[in-house]
Amino acid sequence: MTAAANPPALPMSEPDGTLPARRLARFGRSAAAYLQAAPLALILGAFLLAPLAMIVAVSFWDYDFARLYPDFVLTNYIETLGSAVTWRTYLNTFKYAVIVWVLTLVIGFWVAYFLAFHVRSQTMQMVLFLVCTVPFLTSNIIRMISWIPVLGRNGLVNTALVDLGIVPAPVEWLLYSDFAVVLAMVHLYTLFMVTPIFNTLMRIDRALVEAARDAGASSLQVLTNVILPLAKPGMAIGTIFVVTLVMADFITVQVMSGGQSASVALMMRNQMSLLQYPAAAANAVVLLAIVLLLVAAILRVVDIRKEL
Amino acid sequence: MSETRGLEFWILALFFALFVVFLYGPLSAIVILSFQGPDGGLTFPLNGTSLHWFRNLTERQAVGDFGGSFRRSLTLGIGVMLVTVVVSLLAGLAFRRRFLGATPLFYLSVASLVVPSIIVSLGIGVMFQQVGLRPAWYSSAFGAHLTWTLPFGVLIMFAVFNRFSPAYEEAARDLGASAWQTFLHVLLPMIAPMLIGVGLFGFTLSYDEFARSLMTSGTYNTLPLEIYGMTTNVTTPVLYALGTVTTLFSFLVIVATLGAIVWLGRRRARGQGTA
Repeated sequence: MTAAANPPALPMSEPDGTLPARRLARFGRSAAAYLQAAPLALILGAFLLAPLAMIVAVSFWDYDFARLYPDFVLTNYIETLGSAVTWRTYLNTFKYAVIVWVLTLVIGFWVAYFLAFHVRSQTMQMVLFLVCTVPFLTSNIIRMISWIPVLGRNGLVNTALVDLGIVPAPVEWLLYSDFAVVLAMVHLYTLFMVTPIFNTLMRIDRALVEAARDAGASSLQVLTNVILPLAKPGMAIGTIFVVTLVMADFITVQVMSGGQSASVALMMRNQMSLLQYPAAAANAVVLLAIVLLLVAAILRVVDIRKEL
Repeated sequence: MSETRGLEFWILALFFALFVVFLYGPLSAIVILSFQGPDGGLTFPLNGTSLHWFRNLTERQAVGDFGGSFRRSLTLGIGVMLVTVVVSLLAGLAFRRRFLGATPLFYLSVASLVVPSIIVSLGIGVMFQQVGLRPAWYSSAFGAHLTWTLPFGVLIMFAVFNRFSPAYEEAARDLGASAWQTFLHVLLPMIAPMLIGVGLFGFTLSYDEFARSLMTSGTYNTLPLEIYGMTTNVTTPVLYALGTVTTLFSFLVIVATLGAIVWLGRRRARGQGTA
């Protein structure tokens, strides 16, 4: 088989290709690109765009306890946005997002920095990185409930604290509290910060660090003047992950707060279990708008395509 | 960077060690507690040790169906993995060329990653309901999982091809290989380890997915839904036994995958050495 028998495989600069042949080749190549992209476009169209369009439509529908009525009413939005509970819930969700973001950013940066700049052998680097990654490939729910025997009233931490005489009685706020929610979220989501920052740090030209050293910079100055500014894109991508995951979380909030705290997604979940789909859809539209605006704002700072 | 380890190194090393303890500590607590004696409870101390709760797991439960949900999650995970690998690879190849709609498609993939999973779940659930289809784990949940695994696969392939030099393919073509031969004998072996990585992501993300299955799995539960149901109903260490078994299974999958990647790497290195 020769390359000439196969127009799409012709290199661009085929010298003896006539004009129509070259056009055909170009057409073949772009047709191939469309065919290759089609499955992705079809799947995302059917299972992401269409459902989102459905949610926007349903958010204007009317409903009762039994079924939905296609309509154009604003009551779902008015009821949602007019309620003080909704606003408190949004505020609470933002609170989780900010606290978890700060904690994962700080922890994630130092872990990634240690791996990238202080572990010398490449094999060790990969092994330690995998050690961090493995738990994130296991069940989130299992990882969440694994805190219960640790933090509970008769859990490990409380038993240790009481036995050591640090506290007279078990501490109650360790489990089923905002503390537990934040702790579990940091536990679940820190890797989403570590990975992109590690990726960015690994791509920093080591000569820059050497140059800064030679110019008389201390470790701290190298960190603040060279490494931190160059790590920003990784931090931005990690931020996108963590913020969107926390904003969308309902199961961590439900399990770890013992039903005492709320998040927007948990509010939606409750509406869904009451079959109030249009109300949940109105909440979904508001939440989606907020999340997409946040992501768009972060994407103005960083070009993902360049960072991959 | 050849000077001796300073104070900074040891502080960071300690920090890293604490982070690892933070990651694995709670997990080891439920692994230990799953060997709780028959009269033991959900917390320490251990009231004797036994395999009672693992045996209990294989018996018919008052609530739920552990075996069935495991089989469903396994099947679903494998299906999602295969589709994710093939579709991500194709999309990665497509993105190497310019084509109309490339940028919107790329951002649609990113959007798929950031849209809250419960919204995807709700949207697909309501859409199936309105169209008159019955949601099921093999149809609606399958699609819902793909909206989560595909963006990872596409972004990984995007990164792979960003670093991939076209010189290898040009060389193959100069030697007379057809487009298909170039793909099969040059490109595919070089990116095989990354494809296995994409497969691992596809499988584990689907196998552990909860929120996207919530409204889309229909009558029969997937494993994470089953486990979630157990957290609210079951008050014995059988819950921990289930956690231990599924976590062990995840570990085995990860180890097998890494083993496959290392094996491929060795084989390639040997091939280059003798060629």
